[in-house]
Amino acid sequence: MSNSKMANSKKVERPLSPHLFIYKPMLSMLLSVMHRATGIAMYFGTILVVWWLMAMAYGESSYTTFTYFMTSPFGYLIMVGFTWVLFHHMFGGVKHFFWDLGKGFDLDVVELVAKLAVIIPICATVIVWLTYIILK
Amino acid sequence: MSSNGSDMRTPLGKVRGLGSAKDGTSHFWQQRLTGLANLPLSLFFMYSIYSMAGKSYQEAMAFIASPLVSVMLILFIASSVYHMKLGMQVVLEDYIHGEKMKILLLILNAFFATFIGIACIFSILKISFGA
Repeated sequence: MSNSKMANSKKVERPLSPHLFIYKPMLSMLLSVMHRATGIAMYFGTILVVWWLMAMAYGESSYTTFTYFMTSPFGYLIMVGFTWVLFHHMFGGVKHFFWDLGKGFDLDVVELVAKLAVIIPICATVIVWLTYIILK
Repeated sequence: MSSNGSDMRTPLGKVRGLGSAKDGTSHFWQQRLTGLANLPLSLFFMYSIYSMAGKSYQEAMAFIASPLVSVMLILFIASSVYHMKLGMQVVLEDYIHGEKMKILLLILNAFFATFIGIACIFSILKISFGA
């Protein structure tokens, strides 16, 4: 009897507390979503890293195929995007370290850091690729 | 709280602090530890890609094959692959509510991360030791 009760209890529609969509959208919320989204993007982006290293291990012709793809306009788009995504996730991660230490929770600090979390990764990406264009 | 008479936890259980999932804060801790390691390692990874851009196949091979670069890249792969495995696990646990689908995806997550990690590390070793 206790078994069937447990099985039934799974189907009970329990009330949920209102969440997410009842709140006013804020930058810090968007950044939380972005932290996950950029993480998921890089999760699948690792396939490119495997391709890069395996192509080198396979030999020159497969490496040529890889570099041919990556230096195409679409390839550059991926690399610039990957750079921004990595910087974005990196900055978000550093922010989380401070939060884990219990620091930076004052509202004005949260707001300021949220803005920096948008601006700094973009600036870092631009700097990296400008340096690339100038030096290479 | 510990003096509460209705607390069902044994003193040993409290001391171990492993909770119902039986591994306590280890997931949280490993996520942070690998995240911290990823900070310098992913910057090194970007530097590697950057310095290999426009190089010939032989030059690129020689760059990866140098011991410090190989070691740093292997560390980068190991740390980031574990980090992303833990991260994806949390995403799946949060958003996939069907128990069977969740278990299936958690298994695929572990397999995917392991494949990525082994494929990358094997390739780096093959490049380093020559073939």
